[in-house]
Amino acid sequence: MKLAGWGRYPVIDAQVVTARDDRHAAATIQQPGALIARGLGRSYGDASLNERALHTGRLNYFLDFDGASGLLTAESGVTLAEITRAFLPRGWALATTPGTWFVTLGGAIAGDVHGKNHHIHGCFSECVEWFDLLLADGATVRCSRGEHADLFLATCGGMGLTGVITRAALRLRRIPGSIIAQTTVKAANLDDTLALFEEHARAPYSVAWIDCLAGGSRLGRSLLMSGEEMDDGRYEVPAPVKLNVPFDCPSYLLNSYSVRLFNFLYYERVRRRRVTEAVGYGKFFYPLDAIANWNRLYGASGFVQYQFVAPKEASRSLLKEVLRKISAAGKGSFLAVLKLMGKENENLLSFPMAGYTLALDFKAEPGLWPLLDSLDQLVAAHGGRLYLAKDARMPPALLRSGYPRLERFQAVREKYGLTHKFSSLLSRRLEM
Amino acid sequence: MRILVLGANSDMARALCEKFAGRNAERLYLASRDTARIEKLARDLSVRYQVNAIPLTFDVTDCGSHKAFFESLRPAPDVVIAAFGYTGAQEKAQGDFNEARAIIETNYTGAVSILEIAAAQLEAAGSGAIIGIASVAGLRGRASNYIYGSAKAGFIAYLSGLRNRLSPKGVRVITVLPGFIRTKMTEGMELPQALTGEPDDAAREIVRALDGGADLVYTRWYWRYVMWVIRAIPERLFKRMRI
Repeated sequence: MKLAGWGRYPVIDAQVVTARDDRHAAATIQQPGALIARGLGRSYGDASLNERALHTGRLNYFLDFDGASGLLTAESGVTLAEITRAFLPRGWALATTPGTWFVTLGGAIAGDVHGKNHHIHGCFSECVEWFDLLLADGATVRCSRGEHADLFLATCGGMGLTGVITRAALRLRRIPGSIIAQTTVKAANLDDTLALFEEHARAPYSVAWIDCLAGGSRLGRSLLMSGEEMDDGRYEVPAPVKLNVPFDCPSYLLNSYSVRLFNFLYYERVRRRRVTEAVGYGKFFYPLDAIANWNRLYGASGFVQYQFVAPKEASRSLLKEVLRKISAAGKGSFLAVLKLMGKENENLLSFPMAGYTLALDFKAEPGLWPLLDSLDQLVAAHGGRLYLAKDARMPPALLRSGYPRLERFQAVREKYGLTHKFSSLLSRRLEM
Repeated sequence: MRILVLGANSDMARALCEKFAGRNAERLYLASRDTARIEKLARDLSVRYQVNAIPLTFDVTDCGSHKAFFESLRPAPDVVIAAFGYTGAQEKAQGDFNEARAIIETNYTGAVSILEIAAAQLEAAGSGAIIGIASVAGLRGRASNYIYGSAKAGFIAYLSGLRNRLSPKGVRVITVLPGFIRTKMTEGMELPQALTGEPDDAAREIVRALDGGADLVYTRWYWRYVMWVIRAIPERLFKRMRI
């Protein structure tokens, strides 16, 4: 069957085996040939692609919940949506969540995903107590910060290249209510935006949408959204998907004019400098989940997401240069998201570092690649790196310069004999 | 509601369990031959929904055990769902009667055995419901699966008669006729995308039938019309067709 990530670029022919249970997963691994685990396929690029993929979606049983400590044990194919639906009404939430809840537990660990509260709570792995990992010989090992710690550090953010996660225990967090008091502040340009992030550094959640086609004195104008849970004891579960994009949109619908118009309307719809309102949990954390298959908006050829992070001191000049290039090229995306991240963790391939991250969506088209190559150079020159969960095209050299612990990662894979069994299009492209 | 799900390990049964658990069922009796899997499902449902889910070992082909099994359920269930089924392999069953017998005993004989026991209990209580998961394959015999289809046809006729008997006594009997559903049972089969439903859709339609008053549930709903066409084809033509 045809297999692609969320960006639908690239697409490959693959054989997908759906694991019925742990034993079946172990038996599948022991058959000859390399494979990669795949959950909901929500990584954007080629991280979940391989000629043989092991689908974990049926490893979807909850195993245990301790109502005193909030420790949840579940199989790796359980989704963040399922966890939220089950526990939000009881006052428990994921300690950290990415911008979609259509992610499996295994995928969230493998990408060591982050969310709007990274500056406070760090990555997803912070709340992971342990997980069970299937290795190349079909054996299961328990990994935690105390047990097989090297595998733990390599697997969190390791993009599935260290084995197949079958189950995990994670600590949920008590929240005072599920309604979020959201403050939207209009920033006139990049300096204004960055100052606002500093000002909101103590807000539990913060993120900014940037108009990446605005140039000149308005370069980097944005809407900064910060939020905190309201302490009213109300717990409302987000509504299921409301809209759908039933087919591929003609790709010419997304062009610099339509994106410019969208950005203008999106920015100008906020009339005042600062607006505070109460918004639901789903609307705040998962706005795009309300539109099923929104990736089809980019047309049949798909899109790539370019997400980089750079150290804080280098961020300002990097962001300015990147935004100038994009604005000049007229290749803006309407989803340009900026966030101030907290400090780096110990995992070998986790993406976040203390600094700013910017995520940009671009329609996959021939003229795009030279632009991204030039952005690569800027990112590398500023000591930054790209997010593997989004990547579909970076060159191996950028991986090496951006991830100084790559060699340790490779050494762990070698030590446990994982290098040749667990591989993906991404790992081969990046010569990992 | 106290719900007994027989054959609770099927994907459709799991989807149904989720629906009932989400509606604060008082307890869920989950019965299956595969004890380890059923314990896992019970655990999952109790973690997810804080529902009282009880795993039970049950073999539909072991008819001698059915009475003791049903009497062990205290308090007795008021909704009984027969979700077990065995498709078997048609070609194998043509040459090997043991396979044919397994298909017939799982889908028909065993169903009659356990549901008669359940029916007596519900009839005495004067309320409740029996939900039988049959198949559209039971509506017309086809070369590709007529042994399975004939067992399901018997089951459909059985449910119809049972409904006739129990409706004056205040007991509902609902016949469910699934078409193609994406489940373990159909994994690897080439199914027409447009006619294939998800277990969750099927479960929703079944629960709606229980809430409303429907006796027959086609799931997905469009199978009512597909089967209307298939059943209207004259035998003279049908015998030469391969569908």
